[in-house]
Amino acid sequence: MPKLNLAIYWAAACGGCDVAILDLDEKILNVAEAANIVLWPIAMDYKYQDLSLLPKDSIDVCLFNGAVRNSEQKELAEILRERSRVMVAFGSCACFGGIPGLANFSNREGILKRVYKTSPTTVNHEGILPQAETAVPEGTLTLPAFMNRVYTLNQVVDVDYYLPGCPPPPDLIWTAVEAIVSGNLPPKGSVIAGTKSLCDTCQRVKEQKNLKGFVRPHEIIPDPEKCLLEQGLVCCGPATRDGCGHRCIKANMPCRGCFGPTGNIHDQGAKLVSALTSILQATTKEEARQAAETIVDAAGTFYRFGLPDALLQRVKRREQA
Amino acid sequence: MTGSFEPKIVGILCNWCSYAGADLAGTSRLKYPANIHIVRVMCSGRVDPTFVLKAFELGADGVLVSGCRPGDCHYVDGNYKTMRRTPLLENLLRQMGVEPARFRQVWVSASQGEIFARIVEEMVKDLKEIGPYMRQGGEDLA
Ligand code: SF4
Ligand code: SF4
Ligand code: SF4
Repeated sequence: MPKLNLAIYWAAACGGCDVAILDLDEKILNVAEAANIVLWPIAMDYKYQDLSLLPKDSIDVCLFNGAVRNSEQKELAEILRERSRVMVAFGSCACFGGIPGLANFSNREGILKRVYKTSPTTVNHEGILPQAETAVPEGTLTLPAFMNRVYTLNQVVDVDYYLPGCPPPPDLIWTAVEAIVSGNLPPKGSVIAGTKSLCDTCQRVKEQKNLKGFVRPHEIIPDPEKCLLEQGLVCCGPATRDGCGHRCIKANMPCRGCFGPTGNIHDQGAKLVSALTSILQATTKEEARQAAETIVDAAGTFYRFGLPDALLQRVKRREQA
Repeated sequence: MTGSFEPKIVGILCNWCSYAGADLAGTSRLKYPANIHIVRVMCSGRVDPTFVLKAFELGADGVLVSGCRPGDCHYVDGNYKTMRRTPLLENLLRQMGVEPARFRQVWVSASQGEIFARIVEEMVKDLKEIGPYMRQGGEDLA
């Protein structure tokens, strides 16, 4: 069997997704056996120019991790899309915007102002801000342009498969690699993970539905057998896709939602509003308001991994619209 | 904002009280602005917060959710669900950059046609002041 050409790229990412690929342990050797790695910035040296010279469809699979934050990442996503037969949004950042997507609570102007001017540890009397172009005697120096927003990969280019998780767990990565190597691919657009919600497969006992409000993880020691949400912790299980092996729940920590919403949920935040409030005992509007106030940062909690993909922020690509 | 802006309001009303109240406003020939587009649901408890977000996403400038007054729910306590949801939904909307005036959750009984007309009038007035709903943040992908 001819070797597959594989590209792995990182955009607005933390590096954890690349490390997750290395976490395949000895299986990484099977990957190396089956695939020719044509691009992997974390592990190999390469030049963008070489990439541009590759013909259309010459890469069999591109695993793209990270969200799209600046003009260079956008350009690379386009170059890779053009040259890849299969484009995989790898990890929560590429799928839904991920942690870098939380920057969409602000915008370019707000972020530059905070980072370069107003943060307490900054001294910048001249108010110098980074520029995409700077003239020096030798010529013009350029930097990638910082965009106004963070985008998910599919808001920038067409995506074939989604592999969620922050980062995706090794067994799912392996499932994806095997499917690709064997040519046994699921329908385009599939999410390589479960189809149910985390609650549907959670073994914890669910019974009590009379909360006054919510607590934060450091405030209680949760009972390891009972549903964390019913103990007052904000567990995103009701609105989150199954498939991680209940990593956090098993460590007695509530789910933070990194697998994104299940297919029938249009908006993770909206679903969590209804799930969380359904176990409150409030009988007056005032009690309901007090309960709501116990969630310090509702939007940041419910859209922790998916703000750019939230209904109120979702951007559709031109050709999709 | 100039006077030419006519806000679009999506009104999601429960069948038993609020829709009947709106109907009464109509049959009693009370005047209220035509800015509201009414969606009838069986119970305000059925109003998934997704409906509210979706309305904004599809171009509403405001969303009004109305149910029976507490204690009067046709399904006994459906409107208590609504009441428990509202504050958290309001917090979420505020953080997502949706001004408080754009979302209102009220109780209107079948006999309160006049109150319904007044609520719609007020909401239209407030929305005319703040202008059309716009998604937060600029774009680079155009
Ligand atoms: S999905 Fe998580 S692990 Fe992967 S790049 Fe984003 S933040 Fe890092
Ligand atoms: S809310 Fe969390 S702990 Fe409770 S059943 Fe769902 S996933 Fe399990
Ligand atoms: S429990 Fe939730 S946050 Fe933790 S890994 Fe699974 S999906 Fe992600």
